[in-house]
Amino acid sequence: MQIYLPIAEVSVNAFLLLGLGGLVGVLSGMFGVGGGFLMTPLLFFIGIPPAVAVATEANQIVASSFSGVLAHLRRKTVDLRMGTVLLIGGLFGAALGVVLFNYLKSMGQVDLLVKLCYVVFLGVVGGMMFFESLRAIRNTRRGAAPKRKKHGWVHGLPFKMRFRTSGLYISVIPPLLVGVSVGILAAIMGVGGGFIMVPAMIYLLGMPTKVVVGTSLFQIIFVTAFTTMLHATTNFTVDIALAVLLLVGGVIGAQIGTSIGTKMKAEQLRILLAMMVLVVCGKLALDLLLQPSELYSLGAAGGH
Amino acid sequence: MLWRLAALLILAAAPLRAEEVVLGLSSDKVAITATFDGSEILIFGAVKREAPIPETTLDVVITVSGPSLPVQVRRKDRQFGIWINTDMVDLDAAPSFYAVATTGPLDKVLSNTEDLRHRISIPRAIRSVGAASMAPNVDVGNFTDALIRIKRDQNAYQMRESAVVLDEQTLFRTAISLPANLTEGAYQTRIFLTREGRVVSQYQTVIDVRKVGLERWLFTMSREQPMLYGLMSLAIAIAAGWGASAAFQIMRRG
Repeated sequence: MQIYLPIAEVSVNAFLLLGLGGLVGVLSGMFGVGGGFLMTPLLFFIGIPPAVAVATEANQIVASSFSGVLAHLRRKTVDLRMGTVLLIGGLFGAALGVVLFNYLKSMGQVDLLVKLCYVVFLGVVGGMMFFESLRAIRNTRRGAAPKRKKHGWVHGLPFKMRFRTSGLYISVIPPLLVGVSVGILAAIMGVGGGFIMVPAMIYLLGMPTKVVVGTSLFQIIFVTAFTTMLHATTNFTVDIALAVLLLVGGVIGAQIGTSIGTKMKAEQLRILLAMMVLVVCGKLALDLLLQPSELYSLGAAGGH
Repeated sequence: MLWRLAALLILAAAPLRAEEVVLGLSSDKVAITATFDGSEILIFGAVKREAPIPETTLDVVITVSGPSLPVQVRRKDRQFGIWINTDMVDLDAAPSFYAVATTGPLDKVLSNTEDLRHRISIPRAIRSVGAASMAPNVDVGNFTDALIRIKRDQNAYQMRESAVVLDEQTLFRTAISLPANLTEGAYQTRIFLTREGRVVSQYQTVIDVRKVGLERWLFTMSREQPMLYGLMSLAIAIAAGWGASAAFQIMRRG
């Protein structure tokens, strides 16, 4: 069934979009990522103008993360307190990131820099996660008890706070810093930041993997809701018809993803996420290295 | 037969001149609804003349063009081993949709000068005057070619030679298919009568392409009340998220 999208001014197949939303929703519920990294290129491929794709996707992510968070709340795997601290840091970071982005843009070739940074970053994070979880899986097979790093320099910092759901009693400074740096990265790279947030929470803050997914989704809701409003009021690029088609699939997918996620072991979840990060990294790297079939591309004049 | 009859009826009502076009359209409005899936427009008409038919053969050229907008074309190049966007050209105006239908090969039915004057062929319909002066080091021609190539692949630019049927040098008709990805606006429709490559008569009309119903309402709202529109999008998102969660909970219990 073809549907004409009022803002994108493109006619698309409704069932294709429902399926796409569902697929991305499953990933979102499982891993606590928004899924924009996957949705953006797919929407481009269907022929949705880039500006509309990015704005509309933010709206769809609000829906699937909300659906996912509710599922996680029932299982008590959302650390609301930690989520709020990260969110406050994230908002500061995003504001800083926008300033930094404009500064880089005035120097030229910002696109290239961003892409290269992103590839390197995803490669490093994905690789480290992959080997760590591989080691963890081997250790549990051998029967060795998982070693937990406790009492590092992090625990000497002031302003301690109890995060009951995560089972942590740490200073608020590290979570705030993680929030700020993810916010900066998200603003510069134009992604929601779930990809960077999830590993940071696991490895830097030492939160349990199960809690990380729900908490990440919790803060993604606010970030993407803010992005949606920003795009709707400044660029007029949110296509509500497209969003509805995507989010119907997305909210159902998020529920399914959450129940798959809770049935899996933490190491398995981490290794899958690591593999996904590496695949995305590889795809971006190939885009840069291989000769594209069409060297030319069209855009609205005056656009970025 | 119906076209012929309709054309003859219009013929009878039109004012007198040497050799001119009397035109009919299967519809002069295209309504874009939520399930819009492309549309076909029949363009038909008759040649009305007082003098006897001249010896030379008559040809008909029909163009339909969507609203023109500036377009930016970018080119990727290999630098330091990776492919990045290097050069770009801003073209002054390119139609969002453009179709040319003729009775024969375009270079036979239309001379170069007439093409230049009336901007009929696809490359001529794109204005790139400013681009050449703005980017003197870049081969603008390659960029316009790329634009045409990409648009043609999307079926947004159509060159349909010999697609116009001309009966007894008087009645002509053709069908133009509008793709599903249509932009709103006034679609200029032009009909040229040519003899030996020279334009002897022309006629212009407009096909109105418009979003209607829900499409219209959403589009207007997104422009005029962006805040409300954004909040509505968020409300739908939250409601859907909650709905799915509640539905799954009921399913698990039941």
